Amino acid sequence: MSPLVQGLLTILVGVFGCVGYFYAANLLLDRVVFPARGPDQGRNINRANSVRPWLFVLPAVLALSVYLVYPVVGSLWRSLFNRAGSEFVGLGNYAALFQDSAFRLALMNNALWALVVPAVSTFLGLLIAQLTDRLAWGNIAKSLIFMPMAISFVGASLIWKFVYAGNPDIGILNAVRDTFGLAPVDPVQIPFWNNLFLMVILIWIQTGFAMVILSAALRGIPEETVEAAIIDGAGPLQLFFRIKVPQIVGTILVVWTTITILVLKVFDIVYTMTGGNFGTQILPSYMMSLMFRDDGRATAVAVVIMIVVLPVMIWNIRQARQEMR
Amino acid sequence: MQGIAGQAPALKWAVNIAVALLVIAWMVPTLGLLVSSFRDRDQISASGWWRAPIAVEMTFRTRADDTPARIEGESWVIEGNVLATSEVAARLQGGGARVTAFGLTAREPAAFPAGTQATTRDGDTLSVRADGSYRYTAASQPTGQAPRVYFAALTPPDLTLDNYMTVLTAQDAERRAAAEVRGVGFWQLMFSDGGIFRNFINTFTVTIPATIIPILIAAFAAYALAWMEFPGRALLIAAVVGLLVVPLQLALVPLLNLHNRIGIGQSFVGIWLAHTGFGLPLAIYLLRNYMAGLPRDIIESARVDGATDFQIFTRIILPLSFPALASFAIFQFLWTWNDLLVAKVFLPSDDTSRVMTVRIADDLLGSRGGDWGILAAAAFVSIAVPVLVFFTMQRYLVRGLLAGSVK
Repeated sequence: MSPLVQGLLTILVGVFGCVGYFYAANLLLDRVVFPARGPDQGRNINRANSVRPWLFVLPAVLALSVYLVYPVVGSLWRSLFNRAGSEFVGLGNYAALFQDSAFRLALMNNALWALVVPAVSTFLGLLIAQLTDRLAWGNIAKSLIFMPMAISFVGASLIWKFVYAGNPDIGILNAVRDTFGLAPVDPVQIPFWNNLFLMVILIWIQTGFAMVILSAALRGIPEETVEAAIIDGAGPLQLFFRIKVPQIVGTILVVWTTITILVLKVFDIVYTMTGGNFGTQILPSYMMSLMFRDDGRATAVAVVIMIVVLPVMIWNIRQARQEMR
Repeated sequence: MQGIAGQAPALKWAVNIAVALLVIAWMVPTLGLLVSSFRDRDQISASGWWRAPIAVEMTFRTRADDTPARIEGESWVIEGNVLATSEVAARLQGGGARVTAFGLTAREPAAFPAGTQATTRDGDTLSVRADGSYRYTAASQPTGQAPRVYFAALTPPDLTLDNYMTVLTAQDAERRAAAEVRGVGFWQLMFSDGGIFRNFINTFTVTIPATIIPILIAAFAAYALAWMEFPGRALLIAAVVGLLVVPLQLALVPLLNLHNRIGIGQSFVGIWLAHTGFGLPLAIYLLRNYMAGLPRDIIESARVDGATDFQIFTRIILPLSFPALASFAIFQFLWTWNDLLVAKVFLPSDDTSRVMTVRIADDLLGSRGGDWGILAAAAFVSIAVPVLVFFTMQRYLVRGLLAGSVK
């Protein structure tokens, strides 16, 4: 069976399966299990209503348990076993990782990514959001800067491979160097700085995201505060840093953390640009290089990534709970 | 805001220019790829894409063999046109090239300006004019192969779809022409294995079910979490928020093992299930936030009128939540289309089931690293659909982003 036919079939089975499940389960509950008639009518309606929410959330809870909760536990458990999974080694994988210089490099690089990319993206996003705020063609400008969000990391890497190409007749970067009489360089092979050149790609993608959200936040600032500041004689810079930024600090933080989480997971850029060579390895790409070879260590790397993300996760949950109150 | 605008017109100009520069900086990389994908492969390596509309100087070599040498007075003469030889014509499909210089050796292919006369060590002479016509004279009858002529020519911009056709079928122009002779058309070539068109179809095959299925599951759960009272509701919501940020890396090894144990293995079914599971937290979170913001009056008056939860959900909530459903659908579509990690792990790595991102990252970037035209065309084939979706559905995408993070 061709995958395309299989796909159409899956859509049908999935959609009708879901609708059918919800409809049938609902019907079963109301007509058979707790029918709203007979001596227990009142009690049955109440009972049915207390079961119904569980019917509604059941498929989601099942899918989440199997595809997200189980793997977290499974990875933790698997990381305590050796390469083949046959022998319990305790924290041996972790100990081996921290002695491995490649892992330490990946950890350091990852920290660098997590510092630089969110900071620069958020800053540029805020800058562009403010600059385009009152511009006649601001929406077009924003739309164009937002566009890389739609491009895959692989596609973006390829786009930047053209920019960075060593041949000055292909790479615009080296063409610019060439006009100044400088010899061509390969940006992804310069030690240490190549990390920053790779980060540029993610910044290029994420700035649009930061810009869209911060632009909405800037629009949400009450006009009166801005007008009052202008009447009091505040200049444009003062207005921006003293009046506007303090009012959207919350949103800036959200954007910052969202990008940070993303940064900790993206492996595509390093994978396609350098394959982790030239000292550009980061944790997700390091894990990919271990995957299929040594599952014990691969899962240990995944757990390390999880531990790094954990504080953000807790903060997120706290925020969400506060809103609900 | 008149205060600012009136204060400094210079500032307004500065803002306009700054934004224009930023937009240009953001567009240039993509533009480079787009332009390159339409350029002839020889031109790509001869001049930068930013010079694509300008004629490119390329060097050629050919043989002076149009006509057999004939005797003219004391010497043997060959006349002809270097641009018309089959060797050159194959590279110059557009025509309109002008010779700028010519030479006698591969080391100095452009030693003499067009129109002048060059003399070889043996005393033979060669002159090539700008229109390509040449005249070769030798004292004795040339033996063996006809003499080599090297020349540089300004070739007009040559924009073609050739790169796209090559990348879609995995057959270059020559082999496509040969197939045409055999009676195998372009469409048949495209549907045979090997070309990126196959991977394009695979990406669609992965993306569509992986987008549609989570929406339904999430919508019911979101309704329950937003409008139904039950013990454990707050805990479930907290769990969903927590799962939003679980790194996918954690899920790979255990899930692949699970799939192998239950017999799914690496397959399309496996990747659909995986994408469904990974997309659910965001779907539930977005939809719950949106549904919780719907007016309470509508839902309560429906309850008073005797509507069941199921009816409220399908008749009222679902239609009203269309914007949120659309937002999530776009997110999930973009994410599954652009994904490399999940596809690498959950799909087999053979040609018949690889998706485009995997094909580009593992195959084209590796083996065809130098063929820029092919790379550019392949990238654009994979970028085109999400960019199209992005520009047509931007409104929903922005709304979803705002609902997802500004809270």
